[in-house]
Amino acid sequence: MKISRRSFLWISGAAITGSLALKLGCAPKQPTTEPGGPVDVEDLRIQYAETTTAICPICGVGCGILVYTENGKIVATEGDPDHPINEGALCSKGSALFNMYYTYNEKGEAVPNPQRMTKVLYRAPKSKDWEVKDWDWALTTIAERVKKTRDEYFQEKNKDGVTVNRCTALAWLGSAMCNNEENYLFQKFCRSLGITNVDHCARL
Amino acid sequence: MTNHWIDYKNSDVIMNFGGNTAENHPISMKWIQKAREERGAKLIVVDPRVTRTAAVADLYAPIRPGTNIAFLSGLINYALENELYHKEYVLNYTNASSLIDPGFGFNDGLFTGSKAAENGQYTYDKATWAYQTDAEGKTLKDETLQDPNCVFQLMKKHYSRYDVKTVSEITGCPEDKFREVAELFCSTGKAGKAGSILYAMGVTQFTHGSQNVRSVAILQLLLGNIGIAGGGVNAQRGQSNVQGACDVGQLYHILTGYMPMPKDAEKDFAGYNATTPKSGYWTNRPKFLVSMLKAWYGNKATSDNDFCFDYLPKLDKDRSHVAMYKYMAQGEIKGMFCFADNPAVGGPTAYRKREYAKKLDWLVVADIFENETAAFWKAPGENPEEIDTEVFLLPAALHFEKDGTITNSGRWIQWRYKAQEPLGDAKPDLWIVDRLFKAVRKAYEAGGKFPDPILDMVWDYGDDADAVKVAMEINGYDAAGALVENFTKLADDGSTSCGSWIYAGYYNNESDPPCKRREKETEGIGSNSKWAFAWPVNRRIVYNRCSCDPEGKPWNPELPVLWWDGSEWKRNDVPDFNATVPPADTAQKPFIMTPELQARLFSSSMAEGPFPEHYEPWESPVANKMSKIQFNPVSKVWYPGDNAEVGSSEFPYIATSYRLTEHYQSGIMTRNMPWLNEVMPEMFVEISPSLAGKIGVKSGDKVIVESKRAQMECKVAVTPRLKPLKVNGEEKEIVGMFFHWGFMGLSKGASANDLIPSIGDANTTIPEYKAFLCNIRRVG
Repeated sequence: MKISRRSFLWISGAAITGSLALKLGCAPKQPTTEPGGPVDVEDLRIQYAETTTAICPICGVGCGILVYTENGKIVATEGDPDHPINEGALCSKGSALFNMYYTYNEKGEAVPNPQRMTKVLYRAPKSKDWEVKDWDWALTTIAERVKKTRDEYFQEKNKDGVTVNRCTALAWLGSAMCNNEENYLFQKFCRSLGITNVDHCARL
Repeated sequence: MTNHWIDYKNSDVIMNFGGNTAENHPISMKWIQKAREERGAKLIVVDPRVTRTAAVADLYAPIRPGTNIAFLSGLINYALENELYHKEYVLNYTNASSLIDPGFGFNDGLFTGSKAAENGQYTYDKATWAYQTDAEGKTLKDETLQDPNCVFQLMKKHYSRYDVKTVSEITGCPEDKFREVAELFCSTGKAGKAGSILYAMGVTQFTHGSQNVRSVAILQLLLGNIGIAGGGVNAQRGQSNVQGACDVGQLYHILTGYMPMPKDAEKDFAGYNATTPKSGYWTNRPKFLVSMLKAWYGNKATSDNDFCFDYLPKLDKDRSHVAMYKYMAQGEIKGMFCFADNPAVGGPTAYRKREYAKKLDWLVVADIFENETAAFWKAPGENPEEIDTEVFLLPAALHFEKDGTITNSGRWIQWRYKAQEPLGDAKPDLWIVDRLFKAVRKAYEAGGKFPDPILDMVWDYGDDADAVKVAMEINGYDAAGALVENFTKLADDGSTSCGSWIYAGYYNNESDPPCKRREKETEGIGSNSKWAFAWPVNRRIVYNRCSCDPEGKPWNPELPVLWWDGSEWKRNDVPDFNATVPPADTAQKPFIMTPELQARLFSSSMAEGPFPEHYEPWESPVANKMSKIQFNPVSKVWYPGDNAEVGSSEFPYIATSYRLTEHYQSGIMTRNMPWLNEVMPEMFVEISPSLAGKIGVKSGDKVIVESKRAQMECKVAVTPRLKPLKVNGEEKEIVGMFFHWGFMGLSKGASANDLIPSIGDANTTIPEYKAFLCNIRRVG
């Protein structure tokens, strides 16, 4: 949901002129002066941002998060004060979510977290390194591997002649970190191929 | 959870048992504090360690890891002996009055029907674990609760063995402390009082984890704490969508909505349906199954072909995590997919996950950071040139880079909106699985082994898979082709479709789908019924018929969930019973999901027996005080000889594992966040000052921690949060370890799960992460 910018925060904050609360949402950049505005107030990082509502990806409490974006880029995250469970509050991990997306370089600029996966990687047998690949290659190659394994090990009937339609040479671990709709498609994918080795971290 | 996070505020006594709310579910702590501030509620913490939840509690009781059943059985016994249970509730809402087969019994650790099996374990013939019935098959009852074969009397007999002294000797909890807990928590066993039990992996991760949960449920039923505001059996989930991933069937043994997987023995559609329960709400299961098959196979699924039932694979045996990896070691599994899961750090005996991955022909991993599971061939000490496994590592989008829902512990299904495009070539998991399926289907269009289930599968979510389209399929459609309102409208004739029946209603219209609703409650009991959607049918407290007495009068008029006003039912929640009839008709039928329509104090569905019994963990410092049976007699031993002997002098300390507030699970998310690494930079273990004195270390020293399976090196923190416990008169030390570290990421460190045994619960195969044996010594 794109809701209107939480302008009341800005307005009420500005009225108090440069309050501490305001500074919490500020980028660590050099201060600028708003025409006609209070001279000691830094730019609020979320001043011109669009707001999107989300849910924290960490524990099972399900706290509401406001995600602020500018020019399609996340500029800040914070607790959603309208959410009935967390009422704006977040824990240490929830408060740090922005850092999963962006880190700061030596100049103090936010840059995409350099640890993130941004390319398809492939490791060939016996190789010491990853190779960068494209999606088309990866999807086609994985599909070939799946088909080869499934065709070789698929079992239509068990020894008693019961139709079992399974392939126990394939396995799938899904995730408590993926959305419901994603896990649902994992389930459809698995069962259509006859995969019975299906589990996820809930078992652990 | 039977209840939900906000409902904590309605409790009178909250017992944090095997969970650590303040550190692992921090924000929910505010609702506990609210109950304390506004209602004068008391907080009890039972934990091996003085956690930060314990630090603010009214009452803290220590417990030896792996002795939950003894502790909880002691509380159950205390309630029974001192008549602190809620009599009217127990009589009407549980099977306490049901008569059991006179042949049923229990002797020296084993229930009737046991038979010796492999590895010193047992199997059970459950014939005597049954109700006595009349000629028509109706269960015989004694509502005076005096018959020696009624559930209530059998319980009293079974639990009388768990007296305070015995419990104290087993658990290491001092007798006076145990009595304080018993007195305070059992004070909720009357009308108008609510006690809540919050738990987490400190209850489940044991070889007897399921029976731990059952013990919690039995205690709560005796005290009348289920179905009421401020009560409940509340599992605090460690991950944001562990609830939802289970709800849509991402487990080997179920389809969507907790329908069981078809098995070889059932043979076919008719055989599967023959296992449908004969009473209770599960009698509707054929409607849910056929609707799922219609969602999956559309027009191809007809009554003539059993709705494509045979397209579903049949389950031959246990294929849970521990089992699956054993099969991988044995060479049965050739190819594996792993989405946002990191067993190479998070799994039990984690180093073996890395070892066994070498046996795979190929491995596909999708994640947001390069995790240890994908990079197993780079692990310290490995020679990649000797590893033949092909690995595909697919870049996944982060949570705020995609649309979709996740389900919290209170069963609230909440929509999360996309805020920015994924970085680089990263893609949402939805996109990845959609494209993978299409690529596989394309490969099968040219032929292959039984391609029909792949070619006939309904799969139409657009070029770039749209989460809304998937959500509507999960929600389902009615006979008229409109989004189905809820699961009561589903049919077994093929006229309706529904991907996961319990989710029917969460996206039942396109303009204002319930999972996207954002209207906060302004008055009421905290249900917030217009905020998101809670399964089932937006019910916030399940089994809520029990919130009233048989006549429909709320046990606590100040916190009414539902009430009968003399002519109709009034509500603060969606009723979990037929609310179109007067209360007398449902007075003894509040648990609609069991065939008995009552809660089971005695249950034949568990592997170990109808009542939970204390057995020691697989690795224990002492012999079982309760019986000759040392360890869960029906747990499957996957790796015989992989455990330290009872009272081992080589591994003399009790080990347990837990989490930090600043890191998360296998750490792959948080160890790549510089801010969190700054606050909690490295791996360490915790020991008591007395153990530190014994092994000659101080905080910050390096130690080697060793189990029968592996060893690791890390720093030690010496802390009074841990204290030795007196077990059978002898002091036993505890080593506590965090499990967030691995060899990848910005912050690297030893993986505690390398030390954990691969042994599981007999019902669920959840591994025993929380109680094992170790040694610890100073480096150098």
